[in-house]
Amino acid sequence: MRHLTTTALAGALAWVAAAAEAETALNALFMSQAAYSEADVRAMTEAYMAEHPDVTVNLEFVPYEGLRDKTLLAQGSGGGYDAVLFDVIWPAEYATNNILLDVSDRITPEMESGVLPGAWSTVEYNGARYGMPWILDTKYLFYNRSMLEQAGIEAPPRTWSELSEQAKAIKDAGIVEFPIVWSWAQAEAVICDYTTLLSAFGGKFLDDQGKPAFTTDGGLQALEYMVQTLEEGISNPNSVEYLEEDVRRVFSNGEAAFALNWTYMYNLANAGDDSAVKGQVGVAPAPGVDGVSELSAMNGSMGLGVTATSQHPDEAWDFVAYITSQPIQNDYAELSLPIWSSSYEDPAVTEGREELIAAASKALAVMYPRPTTPAYNELSTLLQVAIQEALLGVSSPADALANAAASSGL
Amino acid sequence: MTFPRASLGSWALMLPLLVVILAVVSWPLAYTVGLSFTDAGLVASSGNFVGAQNYLSAMSDRGVRAAFYNTAWFTLVSVSLELVLGVLVGLLLNQEFRGRTLLRAMMILPWALPTVVNAILWRLIYNPEYGALNSALLQLGIIDSYQSWLGRPDSAMMAMVVADVWKNFPIVGLICLAALQSVPRDTQAAAIVDGAGPLARFRFVIWPYLAGPLMIALVLRTIEAFKVFDIIWVMTRGGPANSTRTMSILVYQEAFSFQRAGSGASLALTVTLVIMVLAGAYVSIMRRSALRA
Repeated sequence: MRHLTTTALAGALAWVAAAAEAETALNALFMSQAAYSEADVRAMTEAYMAEHPDVTVNLEFVPYEGLRDKTLLAQGSGGGYDAVLFDVIWPAEYATNNILLDVSDRITPEMESGVLPGAWSTVEYNGARYGMPWILDTKYLFYNRSMLEQAGIEAPPRTWSELSEQAKAIKDAGIVEFPIVWSWAQAEAVICDYTTLLSAFGGKFLDDQGKPAFTTDGGLQALEYMVQTLEEGISNPNSVEYLEEDVRRVFSNGEAAFALNWTYMYNLANAGDDSAVKGQVGVAPAPGVDGVSELSAMNGSMGLGVTATSQHPDEAWDFVAYITSQPIQNDYAELSLPIWSSSYEDPAVTEGREELIAAASKALAVMYPRPTTPAYNELSTLLQVAIQEALLGVSSPADALANAAASSGL
Repeated sequence: MTFPRASLGSWALMLPLLVVILAVVSWPLAYTVGLSFTDAGLVASSGNFVGAQNYLSAMSDRGVRAAFYNTAWFTLVSVSLELVLGVLVGLLLNQEFRGRTLLRAMMILPWALPTVVNAILWRLIYNPEYGALNSALLQLGIIDSYQSWLGRPDSAMMAMVVADVWKNFPIVGLICLAALQSVPRDTQAAAIVDGAGPLARFRFVIWPYLAGPLMIALVLRTIEAFKVFDIIWVMTRGGPANSTRTMSILVYQEAFSFQRAGSGASLALTVTLVIMVLAGAYVSIMRRSALRA
């Protein structure tokens, strides 16, 4: 009898414990975008919950702009999210404001050695790591193979001046009116294009003392190049109001021979049902500059972190580790390439996108960072306006950049 | 005018409402005023008292002045156009003709549309590659090639005004229509018999009935237009080169993007102050015209 009671008691305790465990609910903040899509993230989360019946993960999707604001404001009012997606430009600000948990000691040796070395910069600030890199991305040069062929061009450009020459040849042959299309709207998108060029021309955003250094040399040459392509009529003048999706649409409609855009465009332009250039899309690393760089790339990656106010940091980290794990990333590699170096030799991942993988393996190794400063948003906004002033001819590139540097307070 | 002294009982009845107003209006307002005199951050720091520093530096800031000018221009042009169009449409819909009821109902549609939807719609209309506006103007021979309406500083703000006018003239039109229906028919008939022309009839018979309601429309629309944010944010985010950056966008950037809650609060209060001054001026004009009538 007593035995029975003990058993019953133990059973009851186990049941209570299980019930308590089942109550672990995580709130995760993601972004609604093309890659990974909302459906993809939901599927990954479903798979995680199937393996962990004791954990429920509530997902919330917001547009890119809302991601940072929501994370900051939730933190200001005492939390709410356990895991958040963040852009490579935010760790400095998040770390300064104690938004994210320092997870440096949670990163296992397998993660350490398995992830591409360049990817870690996405989640680092002042030597600490604030999450796992997840969406590894940079801007590639996309080109329309048949347009290049028609103009008698054999290979995509290796330098930016070669790009200008090829674009002129395509324009002169009457193949397309404006051969290059960019995302130069007053938004972060224009900074991403500018960063690619700045890195190609060997420029720097800030010097070692943290003072603006983009006003001369590579920083200035990058902007001068952008203005020049508009003056020569080889860049689509509508670029000044375009975001990435506009670039994809113009390129997919066959109205441009070259475009600078993220990984996701490759599959959508080359195989998408709404694309008029199916099967004609080539992709290469963004070009370099003679004597300065072989190629150029900027870090446009995003990471997943655990918030400092999370009540369940262990479970939240477990979820982050799962969703960024190699098997999951390999399964969803169609629109976004994995952070794991060995995935790039896995036929299941590379098949059908050998050209993209070849471009990625070169570009991802030289991803140039945007300035790492807690006041990044302000600097970026000033630069967006300065670049647009130069593009619209309101101001000369040198004056516009000098003005931005003076207003930055750095 | 004098009111009978409120009894304790009526105060007790009002108490729940007063508590709610204090909690949701007065407290946040007082808190914002306090915040505007500090250098508080959005998340990390509660800030130190800096006196009127935020207001002083805002006044000397080129960007703030440009944003103020943009806002004033947007408000002046869009509200003027909305009033003129609204009155004309109100007069038209007050006539008797077939399909009048249908037209009256249809007119509410633009106004009933959420602003964000309206902004997306107009972004498509202005599209430089396939936008309806470009196509229409080209076919009419007004332009000879497609234009980037939102990509040029000189046309971007006008594009915002057009989108805003399209959405908001119906409400002015409806207010006018309601007012016009209270104009007595026999007065109008008498004016016709006396030989008054259409303009004289409008000025002396219709206008006295229209002025008051129109003033209300003017106050409401001015306040709304001065706060403009969403329609611009969706279409240009303040670009190109800050040419459509209004005060509300500046407040958002300052307080949220740049995390300077203190100076963001001071800018927000400046906007509030301007609106209060405008509203006060309108109300006093309205009182005077009511006394005259």
